[in-house]
Amino acid sequence: MYPQAFTYHRASSLKDAATLLSQLGEGAKLLAGGQSLIPLMKLRFANPTHLVDLNFVQGISYIQQKNDALHFGALARHAEIEKSPTAAKIPVLRDCAAGIADVQVRNRGTIGGSLAEADPSSDWATVLLTLSCEVRCVGLSGERSLKLSEFLKDAYTTSLASDELVSEVVVKVPPENSGGAYIAFKRTAPVYPTASAAVQLSLEGDHCREIAIALGCVGLLPIRVREGESVLRGQQITPKLVESAAEAARAAADPQPDMRGSAEYKRQLVGALVKRATEAALQRARGQQVEVSHIYA
Amino acid sequence: MPETAQKVSIQVRVNGKLHSREVEPRCLLVEFIREDLELTGTHIGCDTTYCGACTVLMDGAAVKSCTVFAVQADGAEITTVEGLEKDGELHPIQKAFGDCYGLQCGYCTPGLMLSALQLLKDNSSPNQKQIRKAIAGNTCRCTGYQNIFKAIEAAALKMRSTSHGD
Repeated sequence: MYPQAFTYHRASSLKDAATLLSQLGEGAKLLAGGQSLIPLMKLRFANPTHLVDLNFVQGISYIQQKNDALHFGALARHAEIEKSPTAAKIPVLRDCAAGIADVQVRNRGTIGGSLAEADPSSDWATVLLTLSCEVRCVGLSGERSLKLSEFLKDAYTTSLASDELVSEVVVKVPPENSGGAYIAFKRTAPVYPTASAAVQLSLEGDHCREIAIALGCVGLLPIRVREGESVLRGQQITPKLVESAAEAARAAADPQPDMRGSAEYKRQLVGALVKRATEAALQRARGQQVEVSHIYA
Repeated sequence: MPETAQKVSIQVRVNGKLHSREVEPRCLLVEFIREDLELTGTHIGCDTTYCGACTVLMDGAAVKSCTVFAVQADGAEITTVEGLEKDGELHPIQKAFGDCYGLQCGYCTPGLMLSALQLLKDNSSPNQKQIRKAIAGNTCRCTGYQNIFKAIEAAALKMRSTSHGD
């Protein structure tokens, strides 16, 4: 299958890409990992007349720690994040990176591309919403930094201006005695998850000092489960309270029935995923080694 | 749509041999490999980034060549199934797929062998779970996978004992 013909441009820098975007106008799209865009183009769901390729820009796939934050260049690929000892300082990032689609897709797909596409079923946004995360953007008029919640506007819609692109994703390393976990359920490796849940919490003694819970694939945007968070915040986490948080997650979800399952099925599923992710996050906050990632049959 | 199709000059090293060609930007890597270079061992299965039949190594990393444009491979090194054999000798992975009955119709096999190659380059003694994860992006409709797992284990053993360089 061939996409509609387009003109190819190779950006030499992020600034150059922004210039090209503004010159080429509405028909131009950026090519990062291409693992969503190329299939969409082949199916003719997306028909850009110009592609601006970012893959030849040097030095934009770094993974670095600076002070208390991890910095990911926009073109850091999922596989690089999966294998990075620096990224492993926030274990939930590895849960996510290691389970996205399959090896081949992880070798190409990028964190910046994933966020900029804002697919409701993508993995990164859900995970990063439970952390302190800023998306750095560069455009013709300069640079700006947005909180992830400000960056994401709607399904497939971000705050990026037409001449703007993601340059970097910055994630604060959580304090001591913190733990996070991300569990996504999918029917087979290469597909998007049916539902997913991310939990990030910190402990003070036996008590949960701070917690964030987010759900993926069950709404137009990832959903924060504020009610579930307030059930657990300040409390000693017990199975009963976790059950209440899971109930709040079921209520907060707004799933659409589709080929992956009915709305009711997905509602049940996110509840179960929140329970499992909370338990794993709790174990990690207590310093235990737990391996979690995407679950598929 | 442009009136005359743009052509982009690319240089790609495939199985050690350098190729210079002019391609249309929308030409997919798999089409370039099959149609321009006439290396038809790389198969097109689903053509939608699912099945992995078109898997090749690009600078050592397994990619679905139906989901990469040929222009993106400019300057890259590609390994296809034709590049596995050396001096008329099958690669240990090829030998093991045969010995272990790791194929029936053979359609998915080139892609599976390249996914296996990436795995064994990074990890010379993978466990069952790691093998399963490494080939999760390759669909086989014949074997039920058991003999493929056996083949990859057998290839790993062979490559460890002969410290196979690639």
